[in-house]
Amino acid sequence: MSRLNIQKTYKLFIGGKFPRTESGRSYSIENDKGALIANMCHASRKDFRNSVVVARKAQAGWAGKTAFNRSQILYRLAEMLEARSASFSEEIQLLGSSKSDADKEVVDAIDTLVYYAGWCDKYTALFSSVNPTASAHFNFTVHEPTGVVAAVAPEQNGLLGLVQIIAPIICGGNTTVVLASNTMGTSAISFAEVVQNSDVPGGVINILTGVMSELTPHMASHMDVNALVIARIGLSDESRDAVIENVKRFADWSTSEVDSNPYRILDFQEAKSTWHPVQTSTGGVSGY
Amino acid sequence: MNSHELLGQLRVTPVDQMGVIDRIARIKSRSIKKEAKLSGLEKVLSMIDLTTLEGADTENKVRQLSYKAMHLHDGYDGLPTVAAICVYPTMIKVAKQTLAGSGVKVASVATYFPSGQADMDVKIAETRYAIEEGADEVDMVISRGKFLEGEYNYVLDEIIGINELCHAHDVRLKVILETGELGSLDEVRRASDIALLANPDFIKTSTGKISQAANMHVTLVMLQAIRDHFDRTGVQVGMKPAGGISDSKSALHYLRMVKEILGEEWLTNEWFRFGASRLANEVLMQIIKQETGSYQAAQYFSKD
Repeated sequence: MSRLNIQKTYKLFIGGKFPRTESGRSYSIENDKGALIANMCHASRKDFRNSVVVARKAQAGWAGKTAFNRSQILYRLAEMLEARSASFSEEIQLLGSSKSDADKEVVDAIDTLVYYAGWCDKYTALFSSVNPTASAHFNFTVHEPTGVVAAVAPEQNGLLGLVQIIAPIICGGNTTVVLASNTMGTSAISFAEVVQNSDVPGGVINILTGVMSELTPHMASHMDVNALVIARIGLSDESRDAVIENVKRFADWSTSEVDSNPYRILDFQEAKSTWHPVQTSTGGVSGY
Repeated sequence: MNSHELLGQLRVTPVDQMGVIDRIARIKSRSIKKEAKLSGLEKVLSMIDLTTLEGADTENKVRQLSYKAMHLHDGYDGLPTVAAICVYPTMIKVAKQTLAGSGVKVASVATYFPSGQADMDVKIAETRYAIEEGADEVDMVISRGKFLEGEYNYVLDEIIGINELCHAHDVRLKVILETGELGSLDEVRRASDIALLANPDFIKTSTGKISQAANMHVTLVMLQAIRDHFDRTGVQVGMKPAGGISDSKSALHYLRMVKEILGEEWLTNEWFRFGASRLANEVLMQIIKQETGSYQAAQYFSKD
């Protein structure tokens, strides 16, 4: 008996839910031979604004989890992705990748998640310091999450590029609104299904699909976004100025390939230094 | 006329629930942009009763909130003040002192807010205390228990008693129905009709102390009751939805609804109020967004 194929509707991922864009707009993704692969949501600035609201709500709770718990949740992401690696590979191949390239992209994405899962409870030990002082004080520097991070994932490698940008952000206790690849965003939205099954609280990871030049001015100017990271060429000068205007953290990852290293976590951390008097017990001579 | 005779005039007006839902959906589907939005938002600010009704309220908390009422966001010129501060009776004095000369009114809850579970004499005494402390407005609660028992005479007698006391001292009265405890829109309509028989200055949805606070559906039903009362008697009564209205978009929807059902004459803070605390900052953030083009963050606005 012939059967109608059930096509997946690719929607946005905001606050742990899969809404359509409020704008009602869509665009098409085609493979390298011009065949229609999927219709994607063309997110608007209001979708971005709504995402920031939920990301802000989720931030304190996410940062307040123990580092070890965040580590477990990132590892859980890797587990869930591993279990679905075959379907992710197929989805990436639909866009024109060879099977070996697609398999490698999925494996690299899983490994990236495990890599940052390991760092969750270790980066503070690496980056924090006890600083020299000229008085009877200790001076510590410790790191705290920057807050809500807006991110633009690379255009290439819809899955791996997304994971490489999300993992270091959430590893450090931030929440994020990330714009996925425009032409390869199918696996990014499928990754949202992995997120939803991995005990990541709603609002910690929000994924939009759409057009970079339309959304980045609002990412840059939004006063409730604490940091912006761009892993794709094409940020306008106006947006760069807007980032300066409201003193956001800014990380430009567009000029070289994104690798996995702990300094990526540091891009979304604020250093806090604390003074503490040294306890001295004078005259404590041994009685023996 | 005594309450028996008044209640004798009461006609049961059934509420078309599906019609209400449909009408709200239509009101919500319209969006208000640009200058109309900006002037609407400023109007919303001027209609807010900035409220703190917590066991943990201190005099300094009330001073801080009163200051906020007068200086919503000094970085932006030409903003109105809110309409009133809404506090417990013991906080009236400090609010009056702080607000002196500003034009911001002091409203006080009374009659054993929020439950209303007290004897009539006690309620009268508390209302008298609030008036003596200097309240410009009193927000009373109806006895929901008696209402649900069908003791409509009792409920109406109470409202009439408190209303006479307030009006004798030039104090305006708001009657809180606590619609979340009434059960259905039909009961909301009935409670509204009963309260309106006493000709108070406002009827008000909720105490804000239970999870089902104001929503557009109950407000629509109450507005229609006010409309019918006005058409029948010519007496204008105001409306105050309270609790749960925290974003500027829904506040504009409420204004739209008031305009549609009651008309322009009700669109001033003399006849329409929002009971809210978070709403002010949300509206301010929208106003600054209209001015600067950038979405705003809560941390740049004063806490309330």
